[in-house]
Amino acid sequence: MSKLTLKTEGDTQVIVTRRFAAPPEAVYRAHTDPKLIQKWLLGPEGWTMPVCINEARPGGKIRYEWTNGEGGGFHLTGEYLQLEPYNRILHVERMHLPDPTPDNQVETRFDADGTGTLMTMRMTLPDAKTRAAMLATGMERGMEASYARLEGMIE
Amino acid sequence: MTLALNLDAAFSALADPTRRAILARLAKGEASVMELAKPFEMTQPAISQHLKVLEDAGLVTRRVDGTKRPRRLAKAGIEAMDQWLAMLGKALEKNYDRLDEVLAGMEQPMIKTISKTKRGENR
Repeated sequence: MSKLTLKTEGDTQVIVTRRFAAPPEAVYRAHTDPKLIQKWLLGPEGWTMPVCINEARPGGKIRYEWTNGEGGGFHLTGEYLQLEPYNRILHVERMHLPDPTPDNQVETRFDADGTGTLMTMRMTLPDAKTRAAMLATGMERGMEASYARLEGMIE
Repeated sequence: MTLALNLDAAFSALADPTRRAILARLAKGEASVMELAKPFEMTQPAISQHLKVLEDAGLVTRRVDGTKRPRRLAKAGIEAMDQWLAMLGKALEKNYDRLDEVLAGMEQPMIKTISKTKRGENR
């Protein structure tokens, strides 16, 4: 039912796919234009991204800073390696929690799918331990909402 | 009630990266404590401690094979792994639902600009 799939591959990769109703050009722009990124790459409800630097060119820098408005926050930095508008992006990124996590190399493909786009994001971590830790961080951020849902289901 | 208790135990068992990595290893098949300890640079007693938490949560079971006690993923362990990935998916889905709205909003201004120009020319 969900349009998103998430799976692990081998020991070090995580693959996410998602379909969008818009063409690849639009989805690519939404991933590289800071004004657009600030509208959606926010995680749980209540978080905002006051700082969004995204220099979409090879060697260009990425810096996203998130805050929950209650003193909580963290940031991500990265660099672009390759860009093929509007089809493929290769970049590295790391979270600062506040210590930097090992580099996550991310290949994002935008393939035309009818009138829409199939996005395939392949994340490659340096080792199995790092991948587990990254999945754990994501889990903890998504967990609060999931707990609430589970409680609803159990009642 | 029982379901809630099991979920709590399962979630706290999953809260540790080493224990999640152990589950990921067991997802590939049965393994001895020694085999499990190897990639983690941990002592066998430390790994046994993690295994105990996973067993108490019902995620891992052990088999008797002579002097060995190989561990394998319990059915609940498989389900917990699936749920763990599903939860991550939920968090990501929130972002992409917002992106759907952004994309829907992106096309409109372009159409408006074109139609305005056309109307302007016609008038």
